[in-house]
Amino acid sequence: MTTPAQTSPRAIELIGINKRFGPVHANKDINLSVGQGSIHGIIGENGAGKSTLMSIIYGFYQADSGEMRIKGQPITVKDSQAAISAGIGMVHQHFMLVENFTVLENIILGAEGGAVLAGAIGKARNDLKHLEEEYQLDVDPDAIIEDLPVGLQQRVEILKALYRGADILILDEPTGVLTPAEADHLFRILEQLKAQGKTIILITHKLREIMAITDTVSVMRRGEMVATVTTAQTSLAELAELMVGRSVLLNVEKTPATPGDVLLEVEDLTVRDERGVMMVDNVSLNVRAGEIVGIAGVAGNGQSELLEAISGIFPALSGRVLLKGVPIHVTGGADPALLREKGMAHVPEDRHHMGLVLPFEQNENAILGYQVRKPYVNGPFLDLAAMREDANEKIKKYDIRPPNCRLKTANFSGGNQQKIVLAREMEQDPDVLIIGQPTRGVDIGAIEFIHKRIIEMRDAGKAILLVSVELDEIRSLADRVLVMFAGRVVGECAPDTPEGEIGMLMAGIERSEAAE
Amino acid sequence: MKNDLPRWVDMGLIPLLNVTAAFLVSGLVVLFIGENPIQAVQEMVFGALGYGEGFGFTLYYTTNFIFTGLAVAVAFHAGLFNIGGEGQAYIAGLGVALVCLSLGETFPWWLTFPVAIIGAGLFGAAWALIPAWLQATRGSHIVITTIMFNFIAASLMVYLLVNVLKVPGSMEPATARFADGGTLPFLRDIIPAFGYSPANISIFWALGCCVFVYILIWRTRLGYEMRTFGFSQSAAVYAGISPTKIIVVTMLISGALAGMMALNEVMGQAQKLQDNFVAGYGFVGIAVALMGRSHPVGIVLAALLFGILYQGGAELAFAMPAISRDMIVVIQGLVILFAGALEHMFRPSLIKLFTRSEPVLAPAE
Amino acid sequence: MEDFLIKLPLLLDSMIRLSVPLLFAALAGLFSERSGIFDISLEGKMLGAAFAAAAAAAVMDSALAGLLAGILVSVALALVHGFASISQRGNQIVSGVAINFVALGLTVLLGQAWFSQGGRTPQLSPDGRFGELTLPFATQLADVPFLGVLYEGIISGHNILVYVAFLMVPLSWWVLFRTRFGLRLRAVGENPAAVDTAGVSVVWLRYRAVIVCGVLCGFAGAYLSIAQASGFTKDMTAGRGFIALAALIFAKWKPVPVMMACLLFGLLQAIPIQYPQISLPGIGIVPGQVMQALPYVLTVVLLAGFIGKATPPKAGGVPYVKER
Repeated sequence: MTTPAQTSPRAIELIGINKRFGPVHANKDINLSVGQGSIHGIIGENGAGKSTLMSIIYGFYQADSGEMRIKGQPITVKDSQAAISAGIGMVHQHFMLVENFTVLENIILGAEGGAVLAGAIGKARNDLKHLEEEYQLDVDPDAIIEDLPVGLQQRVEILKALYRGADILILDEPTGVLTPAEADHLFRILEQLKAQGKTIILITHKLREIMAITDTVSVMRRGEMVATVTTAQTSLAELAELMVGRSVLLNVEKTPATPGDVLLEVEDLTVRDERGVMMVDNVSLNVRAGEIVGIAGVAGNGQSELLEAISGIFPALSGRVLLKGVPIHVTGGADPALLREKGMAHVPEDRHHMGLVLPFEQNENAILGYQVRKPYVNGPFLDLAAMREDANEKIKKYDIRPPNCRLKTANFSGGNQQKIVLAREMEQDPDVLIIGQPTRGVDIGAIEFIHKRIIEMRDAGKAILLVSVELDEIRSLADRVLVMFAGRVVGECAPDTPEGEIGMLMAGIERSEAAE
Repeated sequence: MKNDLPRWVDMGLIPLLNVTAAFLVSGLVVLFIGENPIQAVQEMVFGALGYGEGFGFTLYYTTNFIFTGLAVAVAFHAGLFNIGGEGQAYIAGLGVALVCLSLGETFPWWLTFPVAIIGAGLFGAAWALIPAWLQATRGSHIVITTIMFNFIAASLMVYLLVNVLKVPGSMEPATARFADGGTLPFLRDIIPAFGYSPANISIFWALGCCVFVYILIWRTRLGYEMRTFGFSQSAAVYAGISPTKIIVVTMLISGALAGMMALNEVMGQAQKLQDNFVAGYGFVGIAVALMGRSHPVGIVLAALLFGILYQGGAELAFAMPAISRDMIVVIQGLVILFAGALEHMFRPSLIKLFTRSEPVLAPAE
Repeated sequence: MEDFLIKLPLLLDSMIRLSVPLLFAALAGLFSERSGIFDISLEGKMLGAAFAAAAAAAVMDSALAGLLAGILVSVALALVHGFASISQRGNQIVSGVAINFVALGLTVLLGQAWFSQGGRTPQLSPDGRFGELTLPFATQLADVPFLGVLYEGIISGHNILVYVAFLMVPLSWWVLFRTRFGLRLRAVGENPAAVDTAGVSVVWLRYRAVIVCGVLCGFAGAYLSIAQASGFTKDMTAGRGFIALAALIFAKWKPVPVMMACLLFGLLQAIPIQYPQISLPGIGIVPGQVMQALPYVLTVVLLAGFIGKATPPKAGGVPYVKER
C-alpha cells in the first residue's frame, strides 16, 4: 500500500476535521487531499461517516474543528451558497430536484441571474446547450422531471452543478439507483468531466466502481479515515479488508444445514410499485425448514418489494405464495395479520418506520403485530401485566439494554432496537421467518449476537428467508444464495462461491457472459 | 426526536410554561386596554367559583368542553385532526331533539336519556363518517373536509329549523320545548345552591366518557392500534392494522363524543333545539385537548379552566365593561397558539438547562 | 323569465362585489400554500385587517390609512403564523386555528374598549371609505344595448379595490410563473431540500410568502369594512376566509382558475340575494341554504377526487428540517 505522491496541485484539502453529534463522533480527525483533475473515491460501510464528511464540505453541517482548503486557499463554508461559490457541486443520493418543474427550471433554480425569468431562461437555455455538447449530456430542457428516467434525472443534477460553475463535483452513491447501462454511461460522463479538468469525488460502498474509475481512493471506517491509496496499486481484497477492518463477520460458526420440508414457496411473483414500475419480475423461490436462503443484490433491485409482497404489506400484481403448502393471499387483500396467524414472522428492513413505533414503551413494541394474541389481550382489553412480564423475559434473553421495559423505544441504541424487533418476531415460534437487513446500523457486538440467533433459529428447524445488501452477511449466514438484479432472480449459488462471481451476478452480468 | 428531558419536565413543566405564556400575553392584552389584569383575574375567579350559581355555570360550560375536548383528543391519538366537532355536535343536536320530542311525552327522563345518548352519538358519528371515509379511501385531507362539513351542517340545520322543525307561527328558528320526560334534571334540583345555573346531570356522563376514553386508549387493543397508527402509519400496516378501519372507527368515536355535547345544551340547558346552539364550543375542544395533552385527566382540568374562563369572562364583562366576553376567545386562541403550534418553543432552552449541552440532532444515515 | 333577465345585470354586479374579498383571500392563500405553508387562518387575517382598516379609517378619516392599517395587522398575524410554522416548526393547522380565534376575539374586544359600540367601529364618512368609481364614458354608453349595459352596469361603478383585485390575478400569475421569486416559491412548496441545496434560504423564502399572503388578506379585510361596508361589525368575514380556501382548493392552486372559482362562489352568494324565490323545474323553490352550502359541497366533491384531482403542493404542511 502506498500513499499517493502529492505533487499535482490540490483541488481540495481537509485538515483535522472533527464532527460530533452528541456522543457520536461521526468524523474523527479527518485528513483528505484530492488532486486537481482526478477522480477520487471514498469508500466505507454504511455509517462510516462518509455522508457527514461530504455534508461538511457542502456546508450542510459545520465541522467542530479543522480546516478546509480549496486550491490551497483556506475557506469556511458556512452554507451551501458558500460551497457553490467556492466551485463545489454536489449530486445527492436522493436527487434534489423539483419533480413537477422542467429540466431548465431545475437547473436555474437558485442561479436565475435576474429577478425576472424571461431573460434568464433564454441565457440558461443557451448555456445548457453548450454544456450538453461539451460533456455529451443530452437532456431535453423542457421535459418535466417526473417523466424522466432516474439516469436522466441524475444527469440533470450534474448539469445543475456544472451550470453553477462547479470545478469539484461530489457524487454520493451515484449508482445506487442506476441500471448497469446507466451506470456505465455515468462513468463515461465522469471520465469526460475529468478530461476537462474537473475534480470528482465519488462516494460509494461498491468496491468495483472504485477499482473501475478512480485514480486515488480513501477508506473510511467508523468515523476515521483509515487509508488513502493509489487505485492502481491496490486490490479489491485490500480495500475490502480496510473497509471492514474486522473478520468476525465472515466467521459465523455453523454446522451444515439439514433442510426438511419446503415451508415457503413463491411462484412467479410480480410486483409493480405505485408508479407502475416493475419491481419484482416473475420471481420464484422456495425455502425449506432448517435452511437459510439469502438474497443478495445491490439495494433497489426489488428485494424490499419482494419482502413486502411476501409478508402481505404491499399487494403483488400476480403470482402465488404458499405457506406450508397452503396458498396465501398476496395479490389483493393481503393481510400481514393473517400471515402472522399462519406462522410467518417478519423482521422488516426498516425498523424505524416499520418494525417499531419509536414513541412507544419497549413493552408496547414487544407486541406490535401480535396485539391480537393471548396473553397480551383478553377480549378487547390489553393485559398490561402480561405484556410487561413477557417484555422483561425478552429483555433478559436477548440482553436488551437498558433492561427497562417502560423506557421509550427511541431511547434505545440501534442494536438494542433491532434486538427488540428480533425478540418479538423470533419468540412467537414462527415456522417461517423473513428477515430484511438484520444488522443495518447495528454495532458489532450486537451483530454477532443477532447472527448467532438467526443460526439458532435455523437449527431449530425454521425456514428463513434473509435479505441483506451486505454480501458478507449473506455469504456467512445463508445455506443457499439467490442473487436479485432488476427485479429478477438471476442466479443461485453456494455461499462459498467467490465474492467476485456473486458480484458479477449482482451487477447483472450473466455467467455465460462472464465466461467469455 | 430524541428526548433528553426528564418525564416531569416533558409532561408537566413544558405544558405549564406554555399555558403560562398564553395567560401572560392575555394579561398584556388587558393592560393594553387599560385595565388591571390582576383585578380582572380576581373578578373572573370570583365570578366562576366564588358563589354557587357562578360555579354551576362553570360546571355547565365544563361539561361541553369535556365532550368536545375528548372528541379532539381521541382523533389526535390516531394522528387525525378532527376540526369538525362543531358540525358534529350541531347535527347531534338533531338526534337528541328527535329522541326528546318523540319519547319525552311518554317516558320519564331516565328512560329518554339513554336513548338520547345513542341519538347524539349516532348523529354525531354520522356527520364524521363521510370525511373519515373520504380520508381513508380517497385521501381527502380530513382537516379541510371537516371544516367544510361544519359549514354544510350549519346550512342544513338552519334549513331544517326554519322549514321543518320550527313551531308554526313562531319567529324563532327552534323546535318546541321538550316535555319533561325529554329534559335532564338540573344539579340545582339536588343542590339548591346552584341557583339558576343550567348545570345538569350530563356532567356525570361527561366524566363517564373520560373513563371510557382512558380505557379505550390505554387499555384496549383498539386503542393500541389507534396509537400505533397515530405514531406511524407504516408500522401500523406492518402490524396488520387496517388504516381504513382505524380512520373510520376513530372518527366515529370522535364524532360521537363531540355529539354528546348536545345532551348538555339541547336536553339539559335549552330543552329545545335552537339555531347555532354549539356556539363555538366544538372549537374550544381543540384548545382543551391541546392543553390537556389528549389525556382524560388533563382534559377535565383544561375543560374546568375553560369553564372558569367562560363563566368568569361573562361576569368580568359586567364588572369591567371595557373587557368584553370576547376576551375568552382571545385567551382560547392564545392557548391553542402556545400549547399547540408553539409547543416546542421552550424545549431547546430547557434541554440546555437540564443537560447542559447542545440539543442533539442525530445524523440520519 | 323576464324578471330573470331584468335582474341579470344586478346579479352579475353583486357576483363581482361578493367575489372580490374571496379573490384577495384566495390569492393570499395561493402564495402561502404554494410555498408549503398551509393556511387556514385566511379568515382571521381578513377579520383582523377589516377591524384595523375600519378603526384607522374612522380615526384618521382616510381610506388609504385604513387600508395600510389593515395590511399592517394582517401581515403581523401572518408573521405569527410564519413564526409558528417556519421557525418553530409547529403544526400549521393548529397555528391557523389559533390565529382565527385571536383575531375573532381581539377585534371585538378592542373595538368595544376603544369605541364602546358593542364591538362595532364608528360609521365611516365618505373620506374614510373607498367610493365607487364611474369609469370614463360609462354614463354616455349606458344606453348601448348589451355592451353598454355590461360596461355601465357591471364593469363600471365599483370601488378601486375591485379593480385591484382583478388586476392581482394576472399579477399573481406573472409573479409566480415569470419571476425568480415565483420560481423559488413554487420550488420550496414542492421540495424545500432542492431549494436549500441550491443555496437559497428556505426560511426567508417562506417568510416572504406568508408576508405576501398577509398583504393580500389585508386588502381582503379592508375591502369588507371600508369599501363594501362602512365600518366593522363583529365576525364580519362570516366564513369568507374558508370559502376562499375552498376556492383555492377548487382551483387546484392556480391563479386564473382561482379567479373563476371565486366568481362562481360569488355567484352562489349573489343568487339568493337577487332571486330569493328561485325555483327549479321538478324540485320547487331552492332554499337559500343550498346556495350557501354549495361551495363547501363542491369542494368536498372535488377533494374526494370525483371531478378531477386536487393535488396540494407536495411539501405543504410539513415543516422543513435540514437533514440528509
